[in-house]
Amino acid sequence: MKELEYPFVPEDLLKRKKNIRKQLLADTSANYIDKKIAILGGSTTNTIRQMLELFLLNYGIRPSFYESEYNQYYEDGMFPNPQLEAFAPDLIYICTGNRNISAWPHLSDSRERIEQKLQQTMEKFRGLWERLAHTYHCPIIQNNFEYPFFRLLGNKDASDMHGRVNFITTLNCRFYEYSQTQENFYICDINYLSASYGLEKWSDPYYWHMYKYAVAVPAIPFLAFNIANIIKSIYGKNKKAFNLDLDNTLWGGIVGEDGAENIEIGQETPLAQTYSEFQEYLKLHKQLGILLTINSKNDEANAISGLSRPDSVLHPEDFVNIKANWEPKSMNLVKTAREMALLPESFVFVDDNPAERAIIAEQVKWAAVPEINGVEHYIQVIDRSGFFEVTSLSQDDLKRTEMYRENAERSRLQASFENYEDYLKSLEMKGEIREFIPAYMSRIAQLTNKSNQFNLTTKRYSQSEIEAIARDPEHVALYGRLCDKFGDNGVVSIVIGRIDGRMGEELHMELWLMSCRVLKRRMEYAMMDELVKKAQSIGIQKIIGYYYPTAKNAMVRDFYELMGFTRISEDEEGNTVWEFVIPNEYIEKQQVIELIRSQ
Amino acid sequence: MTREEVFERLNKVFREVFDDEDIVVGEETTAKDIEDWDSFEHINLVVAVEDEFSFKIPMGKVVTMKNVGEMADIILELGK
Repeated sequence: MKELEYPFVPEDLLKRKKNIRKQLLADTSANYIDKKIAILGGSTTNTIRQMLELFLLNYGIRPSFYESEYNQYYEDGMFPNPQLEAFAPDLIYICTGNRNISAWPHLSDSRERIEQKLQQTMEKFRGLWERLAHTYHCPIIQNNFEYPFFRLLGNKDASDMHGRVNFITTLNCRFYEYSQTQENFYICDINYLSASYGLEKWSDPYYWHMYKYAVAVPAIPFLAFNIANIIKSIYGKNKKAFNLDLDNTLWGGIVGEDGAENIEIGQETPLAQTYSEFQEYLKLHKQLGILLTINSKNDEANAISGLSRPDSVLHPEDFVNIKANWEPKSMNLVKTAREMALLPESFVFVDDNPAERAIIAEQVKWAAVPEINGVEHYIQVIDRSGFFEVTSLSQDDLKRTEMYRENAERSRLQASFENYEDYLKSLEMKGEIREFIPAYMSRIAQLTNKSNQFNLTTKRYSQSEIEAIARDPEHVALYGRLCDKFGDNGVVSIVIGRIDGRMGEELHMELWLMSCRVLKRRMEYAMMDELVKKAQSIGIQKIIGYYYPTAKNAMVRDFYELMGFTRISEDEEGNTVWEFVIPNEYIEKQQVIELIRSQ
Repeated sequence: MTREEVFERLNKVFREVFDDEDIVVGEETTAKDIEDWDSFEHINLVVAVEDEFSFKIPMGKVVTMKNVGEMADIILELGK
C-alpha cells in the first residue's frame, strides 16, 4: 500500500491507523504468513506495536503480539513467565533506549569504576539475551542506544570517558561485538535512525514525561518501519533485484537523441557526478547478491552505447538481463522475472518517469516502485526504503550475480544440443544429498522462508526449528546441493519428513522444496531417489506427500504424481494427499547427476 | 477561528482517529463517551489534534484537560 512505503507521512499513519489496518486486512489477495511477536519494552510501546502491525501487514506478515507492561522488559524476559511461554514467540523485540541505563558514569569515577558500570549494564542485557535465546529459541531484535539529549561536558562528552556520549558509544560497540558472535540476534540501529530523523525531535522529553514514550510519537512510524524491515528480511521477504530505466535514471539526458557522447555521466559536470554516484551505489549492491537488470525504452544498440562509455561506472556485463526495446515496461519486467526464475514482486523498479512507475505499480502487484524524484535524492529514497535489509549474508548471496551468469552460459550450451538428455549429461552434474549439517543450517532455514514456487507445503522454519529437526530421531531431513562444470549452485533442495504410523512405517512429508534456479536438471528426482533409499534403511514402507496450493506454487501441483505417488484424497481447497508404497525393487529415477552418497 | 470551526475540525480528527463516522463531539464529551478512548489512544488523539491545528499543546494544559470543551478552550487560546 502506497501509504506505507517510504517516504510515508507519519502523522497520517498515526491518525488513520485504524482505517489503514482495516483496508489491509480486507485485501484477500494477500497471502499472509502468521508470526507471533513479543515486544519487551523499556518504555510505553503501544503505538510502536500499532505501527509495526501496519508495516508488517504491508509486507505480507500477519502478526499477533505479546506486549510487556510498561518497562517490564527485563522482568518479563528474565524470570519464569507462563504467559510468554504459552504465547511461544516466533520473534522477540527488545525496545529499550538510554532512558533504561541506570549506572551512568560520575565525573569523579576512576577508569576502573566506569568499566564496572559498562560491564554492569552489558551483563544485564547479555543475561537477558541468553535467557531469552535459551527459553524461546527464536530471533531477537535489540535496540542499540540513541545519543543522550543533553551533554554535560559539551563536545568533550564524546571523547572523555566520563561523558554519556562516550559511555553510550562504548556500550553500543559491546552490543555489536555480541551480535557478531550470534546467529539469531539483530541490532535495531536507533542510533542511526534518531540521527537521521533528528535527535532533538526524536528524544523530545515531552513524550517521555507525558506518556513514558522514549521515542517522540511522531517518530514512531520510522522506528516501526525499521523494525518491520528487519523482520521481513528474517522471513525472506527482501527484494532480490533492481529493474532499472536508463535515460534520466542511470544517466542524464536521452541517449537515443543526444548520443552516447553527450549524456550526463562521468566526472565532468555536477549532474554527471551525481549520476555516477548513483551508479556506484547500485554497483555496490552486487556485493550483496542483488541482481541488476535493465528495462528501457530504447534501441538496444543505443542502450549499450551509453553503458559502454569508459567513464560509466556500470557496464553491460554488470547486468544479468538487459531489455532495451519498445515493449510496455510491465511486460519486460514480467519477462525478465520469468527468464531469471524469480517472481516479479522480487524486483525494485527504478524509473524517473512517474507514468511508467504508475503502470508498474498497477500491473505488477507487490513489485516495489520507489517514488524517486531528483537524481541527488535517488540514493536516499532507495536506501531508506530498506528493500535489501541485510540480516544474514550467506556465501550464496555473495556470488549470486556469478551464478546467474553461469546460468546464461548453460542456456547457450543447451541451445547447442538437440537432445536435452545429452545437454544434461554434458553439464557433468554432481549432487550432494545428506542429512542436515551445521554448516548449512542458516542456508536451509533461509530457503524454507524464501522458496514459494517449487514448494509443496510452503511451511516456514526458523533456524532453531531446523536445528531441532536435525537432532530429532522422528524426522528424516535431507538437503541437496548441486554443482556442475559451470559452478556450484549451493544448497538448492530440502525435504523433511516425519516418521509416523503404528510401527513407524510411514514417512509424512512436511516439506519438499527446490530452488527454481535448478529447475529441469533432474535434481528433484535425485532427491526422491535418496529419500527412498534413506526411508528403506530405517524400515519405512510408505511415503505420504502433501500438496497445499498457494497463489505461487501451481508448478508443483502434479509433482507427486510425477514422482510415482498415487492420490488418496483432495479437499475443496485443492489440498491433496499422496501415497507412495516403496517397492522392493525401487528403480532410480535419474542417471544424469552423479551422487556423493549420504553417510 | 470560531468555536464552531474548532469543533468541526475536532470532530474530523476524532472520526479519523477512532475510525468511526458517527462520532459527534460536544462540549461535555469525555473519554467515557467513546469506546476506544483509553489512555493509549489519548496520546494518539493529542498528537493528531496538534497536527490538525499545527501547534503543540503545552504539557501543563494536556494534563488539566477534562473534556472536549476544555480542549477547544485551549485551542482557541493558543490560536489567538
